[in-house]
Amino acid sequence: MSKVRVLVGTRKGAFVLSSDAGRKKWKVEGPQFAGWEIYHLKGSPANPDRLYASQSSSWFGQVMHRSDDGGKTWETVGNQFAYEGEVGPHTWYDGSPHPYEFKRVWHLEPSLNDPDTVYAGVEDAAIFKSSDAGTTWSELPGLRTHQTASGWAPGAGGLCLHTILIDPKNHDRMYGAISSAGVFRTDDAGKTWKPINRGLRSNHIPDEDAEVGHCVHRIAMHPSRPNVLFMQKHWDVMRTDDGGDTWHEISGDLPTDFGFVVDVHANEPDTVYVIPITSDSLHYVPDGKLRVYRSKSGGNEWEALTNGLPQKDCYVNVLRDAMAVDQLDPCGVYFGTSGGQVYASPDGGDSWAPIVHDLPGVLSVEVQTLA
Amino acid sequence: MIQVILPANLQTLAGVGRVVELELPAPVTQRAILDALEANHPALRGTIRDMTTKKRRPMIRFFACEEDWSDASPDSPLPDEVVAGKEPFLILGAIAGG
Repeated sequence: MSKVRVLVGTRKGAFVLSSDAGRKKWKVEGPQFAGWEIYHLKGSPANPDRLYASQSSSWFGQVMHRSDDGGKTWETVGNQFAYEGEVGPHTWYDGSPHPYEFKRVWHLEPSLNDPDTVYAGVEDAAIFKSSDAGTTWSELPGLRTHQTASGWAPGAGGLCLHTILIDPKNHDRMYGAISSAGVFRTDDAGKTWKPINRGLRSNHIPDEDAEVGHCVHRIAMHPSRPNVLFMQKHWDVMRTDDGGDTWHEISGDLPTDFGFVVDVHANEPDTVYVIPITSDSLHYVPDGKLRVYRSKSGGNEWEALTNGLPQKDCYVNVLRDAMAVDQLDPCGVYFGTSGGQVYASPDGGDSWAPIVHDLPGVLSVEVQTLA
Repeated sequence: MIQVILPANLQTLAGVGRVVELELPAPVTQRAILDALEANHPALRGTIRDMTTKKRRPMIRFFACEEDWSDASPDSPLPDEVVAGKEPFLILGAIAGG
């Protein structure tokens, strides 16, 4: 019988939540790495017992961990992230040049077919690769040295590369999203990258439809249709049908199109989930109601999913890496909040229940579907 | 034996108790202590000082014999009491709270 394992990164450690396919009764284990910020942990699709975790702290810097037994035990691996070659500047908040400095790993994306290969998206924005299970890390410098990079500027959360997607039909094609530079695509396994932001409009930059400078919060893909991507931008929910060459808005009838997360149903490529957040100055859900919005038509028409979610006096946020779906049928949907709740829906969003109420603020949620 | 006291988060990371004992030849310096600490406990590399520049991380402090050694030269000899193991070399994270 299938099982699911939900990997939760929080501001004070990691938690592993597990259940059978019914997804009603949960076992909660943790905290692992107690006291540390866990920006992300994720399992290898090629070997679900191989997990990688990014552990960081303002005091003690970046630490990386690997597990080979599904999170029961962990060992420290390499934590040296050195930019390749001469390190130039990016643009600082005041417009001045500012030297690139490694701060932390935001996102880990294991290879789809090799458990020893994993990519790391870091702040200040760059992508690193390990081919030896995290022991050593090398930058793929073509992204950070792109001709537009000196003009990239951080958002309030930092100049972070927070999303990496690998095309399952063509592993040489990958996407990386940077706040607040935009989305970039490589078609040669990371050697060269190009900005793919045509169609985005952002009023926080002088040229609203500039090639770069867009604060992309998250992108998502269904593996059966890798040319179709969905995006939650700072404001606006967007879609591309041509691998990012052009984007169009699908915010439609959402109550607000600001937010962080976006994800796609495991079995229905046109069913998309977002969680609207009031605004960029009010990082909590609108009207005190926690509502997931689902579109079954690939965008524009959205329905509020509220069954089992608090509908009054709720003022939480849901951060960009804090939503995931499992691979079961019906599809399970999961998200974690800044208030420490992790909610699960075992029926594609029709009903919800908290797995846990009182964790530290949730930074990331990933799900593994296990045989 | 030189007594080094680690902050709680680094004790957990290194899998050690509050005090780590080190045996070092003279001269005993901040650099010698950190080199030995990282060699014995590789998980600590990068958490106390930068791996490349060896510069102290900004929110880490070093105390010994009621003195702040954080900004002293890493090659300055530490007090005899530390060398003799009578006083510990403290590694601290800057205080957090509000």
